[in-house]
Amino acid sequence: MIPRVVALAWKSIMLHRLRSFLTVLGIIVGVVAVIAMLAIGEGASEAAQEQIRRMGSRNLLLASVQPPQSDSAASENRRVLEYGLKHDDFQRIVDTVPEITRIVARRDIPVDARVGTRKYTTVVMGTSADYADVANLRMRHGRFLTAADAGSRRTVCVLGAKIAERFFRSQSPVGQRIRLARHYFDVVGVLAPRGEGTGGTGGTGGESDDAVFVPLQTMKERWGDIVRVVQSGSRSYTKVQLHRITVEAANLDAVRRIARSLSRMLDRWHPYDVKLTVPLDLLEEAKRTKRRYNLILGFIAGFSLLVGGIGIMNIMLATVVERTREIGIRRALGAKRSHIIRQFLAETVLLSVSGGLIGLALGVLAPMAISHFAGMPTVVTPFSLILAFGISAGVGVVFGLYPAAQAADLDPVVALRRE
Amino acid sequence: MTTVAELVDVHRYYKMELPNPDDWVRALDGVSLTFTKGEYAAIVGQSGSGKSTMLNLLGCLDRPTSGQYLLDGRDVSQFDDDALSWERNQRLGFVFQAYNLIPHLTVLENIEVPMEYAGTPANEARDRSHMLAERMGLGARMGHRPAELSGGQQQRVAIARALANEPRVLLADEPTGNLDSATGQEILALMDVLNDEGATLIVVTHDANVAARAHRVIHMLDGRIEKIEENGR
Repeated sequence: MIPRVVALAWKSIMLHRLRSFLTVLGIIVGVVAVIAMLAIGEGASEAAQEQIRRMGSRNLLLASVQPPQSDSAASENRRVLEYGLKHDDFQRIVDTVPEITRIVARRDIPVDARVGTRKYTTVVMGTSADYADVANLRMRHGRFLTAADAGSRRTVCVLGAKIAERFFRSQSPVGQRIRLARHYFDVVGVLAPRGEGTGGTGGTGGESDDAVFVPLQTMKERWGDIVRVVQSGSRSYTKVQLHRITVEAANLDAVRRIARSLSRMLDRWHPYDVKLTVPLDLLEEAKRTKRRYNLILGFIAGFSLLVGGIGIMNIMLATVVERTREIGIRRALGAKRSHIIRQFLAETVLLSVSGGLIGLALGVLAPMAISHFAGMPTVVTPFSLILAFGISAGVGVVFGLYPAAQAADLDPVVALRRE
Repeated sequence: MTTVAELVDVHRYYKMELPNPDDWVRALDGVSLTFTKGEYAAIVGQSGSGKSTMLNLLGCLDRPTSGQYLLDGRDVSQFDDDALSWERNQRLGFVFQAYNLIPHLTVLENIEVPMEYAGTPANEARDRSHMLAERMGLGARMGHRPAELSGGQQQRVAIARALANEPRVLLADEPTGNLDSATGQEILALMDVLNDEGATLIVVTHDANVAARAHRVIHMLDGRIEKIEENGR
């Protein structure tokens, strides 16, 4: 009985191809909208989450920030701007904060790097052996810095992927020599590229592609404490002992406790010039935002499905009027009300389900096109497909019921008389 | 002789349409009639005499305001909609003046419609619709749609469809009304054959030629039986 009903419904849909297609267009648009909207939302948050995840969910980041200058006259008088994290802070964390498995410091100095006559403006990052693990860096060639490098103040460096590519396109960089400002360093390793997601301000993300890593102790010995900064014509001096301290918690539960201790510490020692970033918090915030975002996008897209449903209902009501006589004939031949309902409902559901399937196909393609042409990351989740298809089928049932009931409630005698 | 259908003091009143919604039209006003198995009855009368109302009641398309309708000995006058649908499907066959075939279905598919609602398995229904189409002389037209058939052929399809579930009673409403006289004669001859084979026929008509073929002619006037003629054929 069921296949017969479906076959019959399909037949009468195909009887009016253009009309059926136009009817279904609303559903197609709705389904594509739901899938595309959710794919964009998912893509955006996936990118954000990936960036945060790179910082390491067990990590906590302390970054030195230049404090807002209270008085411009005063700052001009003071020729050296001193702020940010100190070696004392590093030691204080090591001594007082429990549940830490690793802690690394980093100091950044902008320099010009040279090989032969080629020049490239980059950042030298002074750090220690653990940094590679904490920042989740992988080697492509050679090795990362070691404790021995720091101990003997060796002038060795590790290159980021991009800068290595720049200077040593054909030959292997390891064993080569590179000039950083006035100092010569031996390349001992090259990092694997981190790819997209560069410029993460709070993170240890893609910025490593462009950087050169040297032992922190070597850096202090060669560059000293005060760095001259040339900025759009004016020059100033800064004294920043450490730009960043990254703390790795023993486990996820400890992250919050450590965050509390650190922020108490900052309140006391660095209320204005150090910023604490907890990737885990960011990650959860990002997930919350995503849920909100998805809800709103889904809601908007759902409305277009609703409009599609109203379109279907409209056509089905017209169809019922058009086929009043057929309904009368079928009733005279023994069709029960439920048979008539089933017949018309099968038609609407078939319409909306075919619309849903077409929409599904286009809905998978649309985000690809968006990614390709608009450069936005998109992720089509199975959930969004199920949701969009489910709603479209549901729309068929909901908006088909009323016209079907109208058809079934016709008096057979009256229906038979209708021309 | 077995009684197939029996009307017992049946009344059917309709509410008047505007402008007098409180007045009632007495379409049938106390009718008692018995139809026996294998008989051929004609119901005649002017329009408004109640003959169409009677056909609707006999066809379980309508329920009497009061009185009883016994179909195969069971009072169906108080059956609900589903039960009446089942009676129509199983015990009654309809032949209409305008054929009333479903335009987008083929000849075979039209004949199969009542079997669909009877729950007949598809292959069985297909076999039977083949057989009926052959019997009605439609062998070459089985895949055609109604619009591709002549009036006489369409009415044959309608008759085949009416016979699909082997009904107890065949109800015909002006079956030759839309046909030229030659084709009308063919259809009437076909009905004679069916009657000879044992079918119970009740025909509503204006046409004296049609009525002349019946065993019994029931004359209606103003919702009552005016007279009953026996044709003794």
